[in-house]
Amino acid sequence: MTEEKSTATAAPATDRSMTAASAIDTPTGAAIADRTARPKEKILEVKNLSVDFKVKKGYFRAVDKVNFFIYRGETFGLVGESGSGKTTIGRAIVRINETSEGDILFEGKKINGRISPELDREVVHKIQMIFQDPMASLNERAKIDYIVSEGLYSTGGFKTEAERKAKVEKALLEVGLLPEFASRFPHEFSGGQRQRIGIARALIMSPELLVADEPISALDVSIRAQVLNLLSQLQKTRGLTLMFIAHDLSVVRFITDRIAVIHLGKIVELGETEEIFSRPLHPYTRALLSAIPLPDPKREKGRRATFYNPGCHDYAENPPDWVEAMPGHFVYANGGEVEAWSAPFR
Amino acid sequence: MDGKTVDGDIILDVRDLVIKFNLRGQTLTAIRGASLAVERGETIAIVGESGSGKSVFTKSFIGMLDKNGWIDSGSIWFEGADLTRYKTEKEWLGVRGKKISMVFQDPMTSLNPLKAIGKQIAEVYELHHGMDKKQASEAAISMLERVGIPNAGERHRQYPHEFSGGMRQRVVIAIAMACTPQILICDEPTTALDVTIQAQILDLIRSLQAEYGFTTIYITHDLGVVANVADRVAVMYAGKIIECGKAEEIFYDPRHPYTWALLSSLPQLGIKGKPLFSISGTPPNLFNEITGDAFAPRNPYALKVDFVYEPPIFYVSPTHWAASWLLDPRAPKVEPPEIIQQLQDSWKVQNAWLQNGAEQP
Repeated sequence: MTEEKSTATAAPATDRSMTAASAIDTPTGAAIADRTARPKEKILEVKNLSVDFKVKKGYFRAVDKVNFFIYRGETFGLVGESGSGKTTIGRAIVRINETSEGDILFEGKKINGRISPELDREVVHKIQMIFQDPMASLNERAKIDYIVSEGLYSTGGFKTEAERKAKVEKALLEVGLLPEFASRFPHEFSGGQRQRIGIARALIMSPELLVADEPISALDVSIRAQVLNLLSQLQKTRGLTLMFIAHDLSVVRFITDRIAVIHLGKIVELGETEEIFSRPLHPYTRALLSAIPLPDPKREKGRRATFYNPGCHDYAENPPDWVEAMPGHFVYANGGEVEAWSAPFR
Repeated sequence: MDGKTVDGDIILDVRDLVIKFNLRGQTLTAIRGASLAVERGETIAIVGESGSGKSVFTKSFIGMLDKNGWIDSGSIWFEGADLTRYKTEKEWLGVRGKKISMVFQDPMTSLNPLKAIGKQIAEVYELHHGMDKKQASEAAISMLERVGIPNAGERHRQYPHEFSGGMRQRVVIAIAMACTPQILICDEPTTALDVTIQAQILDLIRSLQAEYGFTTIYITHDLGVVANVADRVAVMYAGKIIECGKAEEIFYDPRHPYTWALLSSLPQLGIKGKPLFSISGTPPNLFNEITGDAFAPRNPYALKVDFVYEPPIFYVSPTHWAASWLLDPRAPKVEPPEIIQQLQDSWKVQNAWLQNGAEQP
């Protein structure tokens, strides 16, 4: 393993003048004020999106009529267990997976299905993705120099060789790696450094929206903090919009502004992060929240996780709908359920 | 060095264990004198970042070190015998699987993809209990039922690829349980699984433990899992156990700066909009001789003595010790980071929703 030389190391612990407790009491006070101050512009809108995969007999619906939008500059979390379709949505946005129904609008333009080559090039530039496993997502036979600039090669994003070199150097520095690393191969790096390379490869395209698919779940605890810090720092300095796909709710709570909870291809609840964490309505969200292991022995010892039973809904007579139960807090439920679920919080 | 914390009924007593590996002509010291006493019936968790040696440490209990590795010195006492003296496979067969079993991280790679799962469990019964094929197969089915595989009577004929990750891990647990071991070592049993499935697997291991009364050793880097399962916690860094105590003592009153750093870097404690605490630098190179405290170069609280002499063990309470010079009476008084001081309060706030009675509709 090579030495981790990071510029994105954290501030010393003494910097934390604010207590953890008070920070949670006033969840995102500053962030909310900041966001209401400027007009909210929707950078990405997903309308009635469905994705089907061909299986032996017919089709399997991985994503089922999903609706959400992402504001420019925010961090949007997509949370669910494996098989819920969260990665499929992310891949549909970057045009890896084909959609079978619905629209994906980026800056007001439809980007799914058949689009013009010019728009395709624009989308490749403006939407980039970071993948989960840094061990598997880098070409083992290519040098870092090529891996990072591959996007530039394929879209003609540079005029001279010197310009490309300069761009690679800048991207590497930005993620806290040394420019010399460009001449090395992926196997010479640790997991955290590889993930940084994955981020550099996305950044070199100067994207506006970054889709991060479980970027830290394959990393060690101590490295996770570094990569999370890097992502939020990049978001600030570059004004990036971040879509964060994860199953680890404790991480999601730390990094996101709004989250959508997805279960078997359907979004069941959506709202501001702190709102969802303090007032979860849908039983699936509650089960998911109750299953997060917290590093608190007293709570953990007395706890038994609650499980979600999809059969608990009575949708035969009263079909569910996408309703705004509380301001900005949406849930997939029928009228009676909304009333019953939100009663304890009124 | 004495790693003993309590005078309970000790089932496994590891003393000053040193494990070395030969790698490309160089010698690497993976375990540098680790001591741990495991009590009968307890659940102990060994925590540390990757490369800290936690897997190597526990693999030595069942003689599963890689070929280029050996136990250099120290002892592992189990049932009146020193396991470090075992040389032949035959000697190990009496312990490995039979008395000390292990559940590995990835259920995909620890099962044989070419054998039906019922067969893989029945094998254990035939080998260790001397049952005939029919008896073994029946025993395998009932064990599958016990670990929560629905339709075990049918599904025992299926192959590993026909099961989900959580179900596969249940099968692995069934194989480990077939010998009714005295010690079950779980090496990151849930890292490959979803949170909801993880909770189920942890519950399963807990209920099996209540039923069979075995001792569990967890290896994990997930402090959430540790809080959920462990009675005691041992924190490992660079091949040494640097702090050990009851779970409450480690989570609410940690004393070693490395434990502070490990807890502070949890996203659960992060404040939105502020950088998360992260440990600077990298773990030491174990090819080199380490003088003083291995964590000193990364430790903002390091004293001069940390770079010269290795800290001995200091007892904080009869059940809690840490190897840090900060606990020496001559050391200057150091306040732990604020975030550590407020651990207990901040956990409470995190749990507000679960505590205010809005449990389940």
